[in-house]
Amino acid sequence: MPRDTSFKKILLIGSGPIIIGQGCEFDYSGVQACKALKEEGYEVILVNSNPATIMTDPEFAHRTYIEPITPEVVERIIEREKPEALLPTLGGQTALNCAMSLFHSGVLAKHGVRMIGANAEAIHKGEDRQAFKEAMQKIGLEVARSGTAHTMEDARKAAAEIGNFPLVIRPAFTLGGMGGGIAYNREEFEEIVARGLDLSPVSEVLIEESLLGWKEFEMEVMRDRADNCVIVCSIENLDPMGVHTGDSITVAPIQTLTDKEYQFMRDASFAVIREIGVETGGSNIQFCVHPENGRVIVIEMNPRVSRSSALASKATGFPIAKIAAKLAVGYTLDEVKNDITRETPASFEPSIDYVVVKIPRFTFEKFPLADATLTTQMKSVGETMAIGRTFKEAMQKALRGLEIKRFGLLADGAEKAFDAAGLRKRLVVPNVDRIFCLGQALAGGMSVEEIYDLTKIDRWFLEHLRAIVEEQKQLKDAIGSPEKIRRAKKFGFSDRQLGIAWGKTELEARAIRKAAGVVPNYRLVDTCAAEFEAYTPYYYSGYGDENERRESGKRKVIILGGGPNRIGQGIEFDYCCVHAAFALKEMGFETIMVNSNPETVSTDYDTSDKLYFEPLTLEDTLNICEEEKPWGVIVQFGGQTPLNLAKGLEDAGVPIIGTSPKSIERAENRKLFSAMLDELGIKQTPGGTASNEAEALEVARRVGYPVLVRPSFVLGGRAMERVHNEEDLRRYIRTAVEASPDHPVLVDHFLENATEVDVDCICDGETAVLGAIMEHIEEAGIHSGDSACVIPPFSLSQKVMQEISDATKRMAFALEVRGLMNVQFAVKDETVYVLEVNPRASRTVPFVSKTIGVPLAKIAAKVMAGMKLKDLGFTQEIHPDHFSVKEAVFPFIKFPGVDIVLGPEMRSTGEVMGIDKSLGLAFAKAQMAAQPPLPQSGNVFISIPDGDKPKAVELARGFAELGFTLFATHGTAAALKAAGISAKRLHKIGEGRPNALDMVKNGEMALIINTPSGKIAREDEVKIRSTANSARIPVVTTLRAADASLEGIRAIREHGISVRTLQEFHGI
Amino acid sequence: MTGGFPNCEPFRRDSIVHAWKFYSNPSVVWLTLGTYMRAILALEDGRTFIGESFGAGGVSVGEVCFNTSMSGYQEVLTDPSYRGQIVAMTVPEVGNYGINALDAESDQPHVRGFVIEELSPVASNWRSEETLDHYLKRCGVMGIQGIDTRALTRHLRDKGAMKGCLSTEDNAAEAVVARARAGVGVVGQDFVKEVTPSVAFDWDPDSELSREWTTVPQEGVIQGVGGGFKPLPPVRHQIVAYDFGMKRNILRRLRQEGFSVRVVPAGTSAEEVLALKPEGVFLSNGPGDPAALTYVHENIRKLVGKLPVFGICLGHQMLAYAFGGKTFKLKFGHRGGNQPVKDLRTGKVTITSQNHGFAVDPESLPGDVEVTHLNLNDNTVEGMRHRSLPVFSVQYHPEAAPGPNDAGYFFSQFSELIASAK
Repeated sequence: MPRDTSFKKILLIGSGPIIIGQGCEFDYSGVQACKALKEEGYEVILVNSNPATIMTDPEFAHRTYIEPITPEVVERIIEREKPEALLPTLGGQTALNCAMSLFHSGVLAKHGVRMIGANAEAIHKGEDRQAFKEAMQKIGLEVARSGTAHTMEDARKAAAEIGNFPLVIRPAFTLGGMGGGIAYNREEFEEIVARGLDLSPVSEVLIEESLLGWKEFEMEVMRDRADNCVIVCSIENLDPMGVHTGDSITVAPIQTLTDKEYQFMRDASFAVIREIGVETGGSNIQFCVHPENGRVIVIEMNPRVSRSSALASKATGFPIAKIAAKLAVGYTLDEVKNDITRETPASFEPSIDYVVVKIPRFTFEKFPLADATLTTQMKSVGETMAIGRTFKEAMQKALRGLEIKRFGLLADGAEKAFDAAGLRKRLVVPNVDRIFCLGQALAGGMSVEEIYDLTKIDRWFLEHLRAIVEEQKQLKDAIGSPEKIRRAKKFGFSDRQLGIAWGKTELEARAIRKAAGVVPNYRLVDTCAAEFEAYTPYYYSGYGDENERRESGKRKVIILGGGPNRIGQGIEFDYCCVHAAFALKEMGFETIMVNSNPETVSTDYDTSDKLYFEPLTLEDTLNICEEEKPWGVIVQFGGQTPLNLAKGLEDAGVPIIGTSPKSIERAENRKLFSAMLDELGIKQTPGGTASNEAEALEVARRVGYPVLVRPSFVLGGRAMERVHNEEDLRRYIRTAVEASPDHPVLVDHFLENATEVDVDCICDGETAVLGAIMEHIEEAGIHSGDSACVIPPFSLSQKVMQEISDATKRMAFALEVRGLMNVQFAVKDETVYVLEVNPRASRTVPFVSKTIGVPLAKIAAKVMAGMKLKDLGFTQEIHPDHFSVKEAVFPFIKFPGVDIVLGPEMRSTGEVMGIDKSLGLAFAKAQMAAQPPLPQSGNVFISIPDGDKPKAVELARGFAELGFTLFATHGTAAALKAAGISAKRLHKIGEGRPNALDMVKNGEMALIINTPSGKIAREDEVKIRSTANSARIPVVTTLRAADASLEGIRAIREHGISVRTLQEFHGI
Repeated sequence: MTGGFPNCEPFRRDSIVHAWKFYSNPSVVWLTLGTYMRAILALEDGRTFIGESFGAGGVSVGEVCFNTSMSGYQEVLTDPSYRGQIVAMTVPEVGNYGINALDAESDQPHVRGFVIEELSPVASNWRSEETLDHYLKRCGVMGIQGIDTRALTRHLRDKGAMKGCLSTEDNAAEAVVARARAGVGVVGQDFVKEVTPSVAFDWDPDSELSREWTTVPQEGVIQGVGGGFKPLPPVRHQIVAYDFGMKRNILRRLRQEGFSVRVVPAGTSAEEVLALKPEGVFLSNGPGDPAALTYVHENIRKLVGKLPVFGICLGHQMLAYAFGGKTFKLKFGHRGGNQPVKDLRTGKVTITSQNHGFAVDPESLPGDVEVTHLNLNDNTVEGMRHRSLPVFSVQYHPEAAPGPNDAGYFFSQFSELIASAK
């Protein structure tokens, strides 16, 4: 069928900020969709609040709105753009929910906008539990016995009907199964149901029979409008039912089903997509199978492209999102060519001749109080994928690809030993360490049957893990035998593991292996199991007979990506890597991407000339470098991951381009860096380096408390803490980090109430240009990744800005930066201090690029490859005439009870951008995009410690003037009263009822301003903040943010919300 | 090694269940890796692969081909169409779910050898009754694992399917290459005579073997050994099926559509068939070179025009010859479960299960035969029908097993065709 010509303009909704359950996979799908739709001649209107996305680069859509994805704002865009069609299925749950809301409010009908891909009825049928259940029963498929409830009473009734515990509780319409859980007893049941009802936007929970221990599977289906259906990929979860699929280790293709069972599931998948009525595009359908009788139950379906679709695309080479977009505009599968084979059509099912393993990455270390048990609510923040010829190889590759300093299943020098009871518990209760515990249990002689009884993990997986464990015992003897070394590599053992078995270092083991002639070769991901020739150079390593790598003879640049997303290193770095690939391709280089994160645009097969889907370890990257012999390797763009590899690569003779590893070290080594600053006459907060407790105490005494302490060479403020006295410092050194001469701890004097400033800069050795100076809204001491920041600065004097600019440039020249550099300054009393310098791409590069309309990462990549800024036409700093605000987005709602107060350790997962003509409007938009939005009226609860009371009075006056009703506890209320501002007095917790917490719980507060009272947060404050956050009430924890909020509310009052494209802002 | 498999008894459920009890114990089946027997796979063009032996040892020669199905190795092994062939699976992990009685497509494996990357250390599935290794040992079929099956596949894709030899008895690879060269291939070979039944019989007269397997406990489903079984419809049509090496699921599917089937040997004459007064004739799949089966071409030619005919795979090729057409050998064949076929009349694309090394030459067909289906990968003929007579055929496998069920509607079409031809 030809493409649909009844519409020309399509609105595409993105997925907004990166949050748990919705990662950068939707940038990947959005980029593919934009490209595909543009290619077909449609005009693409895009809305996404996340500036760190490739899709929001101005060249990907015709008109790009970096605006909040709320129904109100999208309605404005519809009014302005008058699109004829809306494609809601490529922007995750956010886009789907927004589209449904626009449908229900009649906006779509009013403006004649038609939903393509999936219509409202299909989305409803797919998402509404009851409707879905009825649909499944109609087509003869089983669903879990269940009942829906809107009240606690309904819930109890449903539980009684199902009969016995455990029961699964799933709130309706929440992301990543948020707020759900498994109740083993009545008490837990009541607690989870209450939370679920609260979190569900429609106050609905599903109570379900427990399918714990059943085998879990996923099918990725595509359908076109001629009703052709294909399965793109089948996925089997290693973790049985009970762990959210996003938190499960998963394997593709399905391994343990007979063809009859698989075909049954395939037929069922088609029946589901047809019955639900997803007209075109991709859907994800989850099943579980009883391990002893094969009973099949449909768990759920996502009537849209999902995280699993991204995984399936990378696992098979089949570009689901791109094809979904083409199908949405009317093509049929057989009309779309398979890019990889060129010859064959997309109407086929990929056959894969390797095994794919995905392992989620967690960040519980950032949330020490959070419950680290894996349940039906997703908690992981990223994932890594590995491809191997066998499950064993893929599994061990994926484990090292996690970048958690593990280099395989066991005996990698980083094993945590658990005692027998601890081990059993860790096998029974799913947790992040379970995979390693399986290895330990098997190594300790526990039988597969016993482990199966404890875990219900299929024996097939367990036997393979056992094979790895058995093989490990043989490693010692492999040292003299090329055949045995090759065999070990086929089992996925890393050089690190071989080295440990042989009593050698990793590099010595590598040398022995290479001397034995055991080197990897590279195989193609080709969608067809080698049946046809493949043209797309998408490679994975193995130790088989043939090397399929093609040599182009061109000059090559390898770009090392960022690996699995984690807090502190996410989509921003992938954005930079993608830009580097585009820029170097423009310069005529062959670009080679190395990454292990399936959610990314960088691992799309057409981003670079070649893609290596490999773990980002020294071993694996060095192998690729030795194979490709690149002209240069870029380590600046993928965050800390490639930087940590830089030295090892350089030592091995790999040409690192851009700023030299020596300069990187000079910036990161405290002593060298201080010496440089002294030479340049630039001020630094006094501080020092310590390799042990005594040294740390000594430095702290010298510079004075409070001090900021952190390990060197980390990103995202990992284990960074503000310490106020000696006792705390001792505790920190003893418990939080292990300081050593190799890994010293940095101790800096902490400037209280200083303004923090971030600067991104590009330098080519001759010219240095500032991308932008960003002023943080939160004061210094809060991690830059967690602070809201503003371009241009709003409170800095000209003199200070000049000083910042000069200092930045001088440091760039002194460090011989070639490419990007990020500097953090603190400004106090008109004095500028350097906090730290990172000669690499920073998290703010995409935000700055979108603000000033210049692709910094692209320019930097070209500079690294030898071009000059003057040739690239970027020699002058750009001063935009609008304000841009970047706001961080946090995962606290997934970790109930955790204090949401910001600190030096980064905890945000994503970011949004608000852009408008005034600071207030831009800030308000950023809040709206980050959710929850600032209120326009209602009750404000102000609780501020004594030292800040004068400022609090000013703030309160502002809110009172805007008509808000003020509430305060004793101290603050008295201060306000003394200043002539009326405030209602509230009881503190423990003072009597109703107290502040009661009002928060009852939803009677519209805004809470609560700054921490001291070094150790008081328990009741934590309770209020955390409860408010769960109830989606905005909580402001710093005074500067409170000021900005007031400004934002005022601006919205005065001007309302208006929308404007990025192209208009930059005159494109 | 040609002809039958002396060690392999015809399928009997009780014997398999007995074996299951012993061999399903994981500690017994665990392969003691490292103490394996070496096996060599050699191709006639001199390429060799060294791996580990599993299943039976010995020497075996056949045409080497690859199959891209990601599941269904048991159905592949037992499909009589693979007679004379050494089959390599492109999916690397094989043996994962063992072997069970219900998934056998005939009484025994027919491949001359089985080539895989890695044999599973365990048969992990509730349906499993025996491990793959034990099954092949019991049936005297050679297996080789631990070779780079992707390298083999690429070689066959580029050079075409060719003769090969599997050996555990030779130390020198050259000797195995020589054996491969000395063997017979598929071209010009009549393998049908090895797999067709010696006498005619009625399929499933008690209507017990044909019920559709399911795991959904719906109304009417009968719980039996290995799962639930859907009830069968009453018999509507009596047909004759030529068994050139028919897969069991074809018979099951025919019965599920209301056919009562009299199965006849390949050499049965048209007159004998007509004497049975069937309402239609079905032509099955089967092994070898379709051109070599001239005795079949003749009989089918006599039946066309007298009775409705439906052919699958070799049966489709037999019809082509009956119409006066011919077939040609594909470079490396279509073997797998992901082949896209377009119905030229409806535009609909079906993902099909295929296993054929020869294809019908469309230029050789007379004008009254219409090509109805094309393979979208290489545009070869996948289906045809006679413009005026009730005769149609498909090159692929609507009965699936293994592979997608999407094309199952042909069985009901045959039923409708018979009803309308009356």
